[in-house]
Parts: sequence; C-alpha cells; structure tokens
Amino acid sequence: MTQAEIKLCSLLLQEHFGEIVEKIGVHLIRTGSQPLRVIAHDTGTSLDQVKKALCVLIQHNLVIYQVHKRGVVEYEAQCSRVLRMLRYPRYIYTAKTLYSDTGELIVEELLLNGKMAMSAVVKKVADRLTETMEDGKTMDYAEVSNTFVRLADTHFVQRCPLVPATENSDPGPPPPAPTLVINEKDMYLVPKLSLIGKGKRRRSSDEDATGEPKAKRPKHTTDNKEPIPDDGIYWQANLDRFHQHFRDQGIVSAVANRMDQVISKWVGQWLSGIFTYLQMWPLAYSQSQHSRVNSEFQFIFQTQTSSEIVRTMLRMSEITTSSSAPFTQPLSSNEIFRSLPVGYNISKQVLDQYLTLLADDPLEFVGKSGDSGGGMYVINLHKALGSLATATLESVVQERFGSRCARIFRLVLQKKHLEQKQVEDFAMIPAKEAKDMLYKMLSENFISLQEIPKTPDHAPSRTFYLYTVNILSAARMLLHRCYKSVANLIERRQFETKENKRLLEKSQRVEAIIASMQATGAEEAQLQEIEEMITAPERQQLETLKRNVNKLDACEIQVDETIFLLESYIESTVKRQ
Amino acid sequence: MAGNKGRGRAAYTFNIEAVGFSRGEKLPDVVLKPPPLFPDTDYKPVPLKTGEGEDYVLALKQELRETVKRMPYFVETHEEKQDIERYSKRYMKVYKEEWIPDWRRLPRELMPRKKCKKAGPKSEKAKDTGKGTSLTNTADVLKKIEELEKRGDGEKSDEENEEKEGSKEKSKEGDDDEDDNAAEQEEYDEEEQEEENDYINSYFEDGDDFGADSDDNMDEATY
Repeated sequence: MTQAEIKLCSLLLQEHFGEIVEKIGVHLIRTGSQPLRVIAHDTGTSLDQVKKALCVLIQHNLVIYQVHKRGVVEYEAQCSRVLRMLRYPRYIYTAKTLYSDTGELIVEELLLNGKMAMSAVVKKVADRLTETMEDGKTMDYAEVSNTFVRLADTHFVQRCPLVPATENSDPGPPPPAPTLVINEKDMYLVPKLSLIGKGKRRRSSDEDATGEPKAKRPKHTTDNKEPIPDDGIYWQANLDRFHQHFRDQGIVSAVANRMDQVISKWVGQWLSGIFTYLQMWPLAYSQSQHSRVNSEFQFIFQTQTSSEIVRTMLRMSEITTSSSAPFTQPLSSNEIFRSLPVGYNISKQVLDQYLTLLADDPLEFVGKSGDSGGGMYVINLHKALGSLATATLESVVQERFGSRCARIFRLVLQKKHLEQKQVEDFAMIPAKEAKDMLYKMLSENFISLQEIPKTPDHAPSRTFYLYTVNILSAARMLLHRCYKSVANLIERRQFETKENKRLLEKSQRVEAIIASMQATGAEEAQLQEIEEMITAPERQQLETLKRNVNKLDACEIQVDETIFLLESYIESTVKRQ
Repeated sequence: MAGNKGRGRAAYTFNIEAVGFSRGEKLPDVVLKPPPLFPDTDYKPVPLKTGEGEDYVLALKQELRETVKRMPYFVETHEEKQDIERYSKRYMKVYKEEWIPDWRRLPRELMPRKKCKKAGPKSEKAKDTGKGTSLTNTADVLKKIEELEKRGDGEKSDEENEEKEGSKEKSKEGDDDEDDNAAEQEEYDEEEQEEENDYINSYFEDGDDFGADSDDNMDEATY
C-alpha cells in the first residue's frame, strides 16, 4: 500500500462516511488486521464509535472480519475495494446504458447501501421511480424485479456470502462472529418472490424533510411489520463484472479506431473516385448501376463491422469466460455468424474475411485457435489490455514530453533494447537533444536502464548500457501517479468549496426561500427581490466556483478511466507471470 | 581513490562525452534540494473529454456526493455546541433514516450497548460524571467507593438497555449485551487506572470484583 493510495482511500472514506469512519478505515489500511479493542486504543476513539464505524465499513464490504483462535475477531480493510468508490458514478452510468433508469437506480441503491435484500431494493427503487413520474402513474414492483432478475442473470449483481442457518441444538456459547459461506451455485440465483404492489409516493416530501420526521417514523415501522420474504439474502453490485464490461468496451472501441476508421477512409476515397467517374459519363450512369452504388453506400454505413464482430464475440463469451481469463473461449465463425445482431446483413463470406483480417493484425486482439467449424477464433484479452496500456503510456509520454520524446519512446518500445548511440541514430534526432530526452524519460522512470558488464568489475568503459521500456513497471509508476493526481484533485476541490462555503450556503438558502415562495404562489416582483440578495460579483464568483468544481470532478472521473486500464493490465500481467 | 583525482586527469572512469558533455565543459551542479512542488510544464494538458455521457456521469458524481451525506452510514462527528445558535443551522439539518444493521452477519462484539439513540446521551453523561469525580480523588478508599457508585450506574444503564431492547430483541441477546457491558466496564476501569499510575492496586481489586460479579465471561476477560 503506497502513501498515495492511503491518502486517496482516506479522502474517499471521508467523503462517503465522514471523519470517524475515515479514521478507523485508514488506521486499518495502515496497520493490517486488528482486533476491536486495539483499534479503539490506537486511534483514541471511543469504543462505541469504533463499533459503529466498523459496522458501516463491513456493511459496505470495505472491511472483512475473521475469527482467530481464542475467539478474537480481527478486522481487515480491503484497500483496493475502498479505491473502487471513485468509480461508483461509472458503474451507475453503465447500469443506465444497459438497463435504463430502473437498472441505474437498482445499482445506485446497492452501491449506496453496500448490500441490500432484493425486496428492499425493489421497494425503494419503485418508490423512487414513482416519485419522478407524473401524478397518477406508479411503478409496478414486478417491473423493477424483472430488471433485477436481468441484472442477476448477467451477473451485474450477485449474492453476498450467506450466514448458514444454525441449528438450535448446538450446545455451548455462540461463536463470537458468524462465518459467512459463499455458495458458488447460488451466486446469481434470484429467490422466488411474489412482490406485488406499486411504488408509493411520499406525500409532500419537503414537509417531511424539515417538518415532523418523528411523527412519520412509527408509520414506517408498522409498514415493516410484515415478514420479509427474502430475509437474510443480501445482494451487492458485482464490480468485477462491471470491470469486465468496461474492458470489453475498451477493446471494442480500440478495434473500431484501428480497423474501422482505416477501412472507412479507404472506402470513402474509393467511392469519391467512382462519383467523379460517374459525373464524367452521365449517360453511362444507368439504373442498375445506381442500385449498385446504393449498396456500396450501405457498406459505408456498415464500416463499424470489425468492431461489431469483436463486440459480438465478447458478448458471446461474457458469461462463459471468467473475468480474469487471458483468452475468451474459442468461438467458431459459424457461431459468430449466427450471433451477429439481427439486421446486420453481412454474408458469411464477408465475416470470414473480416475475421482473417482481424487475426492478421499485428496487435493480435483476435487470434485464430483452430480450423474446425469454419475457423475457431479467440480474443486475446491479455494482449488487448497490454496494447491499451502501452498506448496509454505512449500518449502520456507524448503529452508530457512532446512528440519527439514519444518517437524515442516508441522506438525503444519497438526494438526492446537499444544502446544510447543506436537511439540517437534510429530516432534521427541530433545526438545532444536525443540524449537530453532520453535522460529526462529515464529520470521520470518511463525508460529503464540495463547494465551489461563485459568484465566482472562493472567498469563503465567496459559495460553496455541498454535502454529499455519495462511496460509493467512503467504502468505501475503511472498508476501510482494517477492515484496521487486524484487525491490532489479531491483536495483541491474540497479546498475550493471550503473557501466559498459561506457563499454556497447563502445561495442554497436563497434558493430554498425562492422555492418555498414559489410553492406558496408569491409574486414575480417578490421573487426577483429575493434573487437579488445575491449580488452580481457573488453570482460571478459562484459561476467560477461551479466551473472549477465541474472541471475537477470531470478530471477525477477521467483519471479513473486511466486507473482502470492500468490496473486491469497490471492484474492480468501479474496473474500470467 | 585520491590518486585518481590527480592533476590533469579526469575524475571519472568513463568517457564524459558519452553522456553528452564535450571536453572541458563544466558539469552541472549537484542538486541538493527536492524538485519544485509545482514544476513548470512544457506542454499544456489536453482538454477533457466532453459529451453527453461525460456530463451525465459528472452530474451523477455530484449528486452521489450529496446523497451519501444524507445516508445513515455517514457518521458525523459531534460538533462543539455553539454559544449562538445559527438560524441557518435549522435548515441545514438533515434527517436520516435509521439504519439497523443485520446483527446476524456481524461479529457479536460490534453490538452497541445501547440500541436507541435516545439512550445515547444519557449513558454518556453517566460516563462523564464518573470520569470527572475520579480525576478529583486520588485516595484509594475514595476510589473504591466511587467504583461502587459507578457500578451502580452501569447496572442502571443495563436495566435501561434491557427495557429498550425488550421491545425489539429477544431477551437472550439482551443477556449477551450485559456480558459485553461487564467486559467493557472492566476495560474502562483499567484504562482509568493506568492514567493514575497505580495499576497494581487496581489490578487486584478489579480481579476480585470481577470474579464476584459473574463467572461466565471469562472468555472476555482473557482479553
């Protein structure tokens, strides 16, 4: 665990669960697993607060516990899981793109609550959807639970480990902590529930928030009196499955960029050639030719073909391939042909041509594993991640050090090992500048140096110095920097908001007053008067703040995309070694 | 080593020209300070990706940040009571839903002593007063009296607990709680005594008291 990671974890925990939880969480990350009383003692926090914090962390799957001998329970933080909190918006957005608003809310609830019973999720989501709908319309429980089942079928949500049912005959004191059991078979099995009902609208939610919440509470408890049908079965978002989806998306768009753009450019040039030809000979442009040109046009709109093929292959192997496998299961071209989306009319022959083309590509995203069934094809996930990570490194070098450095970097990458003299010659950059660039990248750890002594005394004059790019270590270094950047971004954002806290509070207050006045039907002049409570410079300051915060937030999200890519590459490489 | 640096001879064992310095050129100074905190960048960063998807994720992120503050999992620190109550505070207050964890899934020791929030400040107050008096007294006898007092307090709060829990939980779990309480009480005492630096005395006392109190929480006492 590096300092940068711990710092980021601390900021994330603080933003999500407040300072107490952050203190406990960071302490656990720093020290490894610890028993309850030691945590309380070392952090100087009261026992009750430690307990509460641990409950929160366990609920959100950020801390696991283990019973040691003599009945001591030790708690251990899951640092990498804590860092995933940064990606929550992306998970939710993915659920929205795949399963619309209902899926979005289901995943959001699961992430916000850590783990939930299915019935609770369905109820909550139905209520929330009903609130956003027009008056008189409600969301049916059945519809929400259908989406939930689909999410479970595609493994985006999974069951949490269960507490095994204990027999009461067991003598002696109960164990200090329950042992949770994962049943692989049932991981994605949705319990049969008869959830009948509709989402309820909270009556006048504003009043409820400020007015009399206590009076409301007893009502809620009476609601919950009825026995929960799926008591004890908790669900969580399956982040690995989301990651698999992100990876697949990345591969598809990489293929699209590489293959389809080249093809479409080529086709475009070819077509414009035809048109000039036709314009020269208007009489020769008969009806039959017109239809032919039309079909060519269709072709141009289908130049996403190779990415579509890869997408289809990935979709076919989504469930059959584990998220950490280096290859997908082999798929025959016949199978792929049958699974292409409907309305995608390319002939089997064209498909085979595309597959050969993809398999011949030097990046080796798609590989041919056999000839049976019209040719068996796999997607080399490991290679694909490697290419994506390398491309990321290249582009970072380009943006940080300029295109000439990037040229040297790519050169070293391509030739594996190069002596300084060779770098200068091959890159066709003046020796002095090339040296400068090389050393700069060396000192920033993008390029590493390998000594090969001719004699055992390592005398510099009798030693080869070979420059090389160790992709794995460079990726690790970059990942570390990304963590640091995100932590810096969060700190900056917090600073910006803190600096303008009074102003923000004021604007919130004014907005609240305006909203309440609008509800009571105030006149336009009155509203304007209140609006003017915020002066023009203040308004400007607010605008600037908003723009800055938006930018910082967007940065966080996009740095996290790089983090995801580097993490998946490192994970897959380490696994293969 | 010193011989190597003889006059007219290069201080290096390798050809300096290989690293890009011509003969006789002055070498750069040794850098003795860390790199600047905000170094100049030669290249401006590329603009961020924008688009519908990005905007939506951004909105989601900001909304999520507000939402987590309203979740029951957000544990707030107890603020110092301010002398002047700010009017705006009344509007800022957010009412959170109550969260009852599924105790079947959690280690038993995490169960709080007090279930209801209402019981919270009360027992805390009891604790506070106990601490306050203990600091003023140093004599052993007084301490003993005080401990007896405190135990009384503890029992009272236990009773409260049981009452509260009786409505919600089975009485069996209430018993468990009591065990926990006893253990906690004991630990609490220990800490206090350590502060006052006469732990040997208190150690024996504690042991005695503890043994007389109950015998089925020895497993906790090994701690």
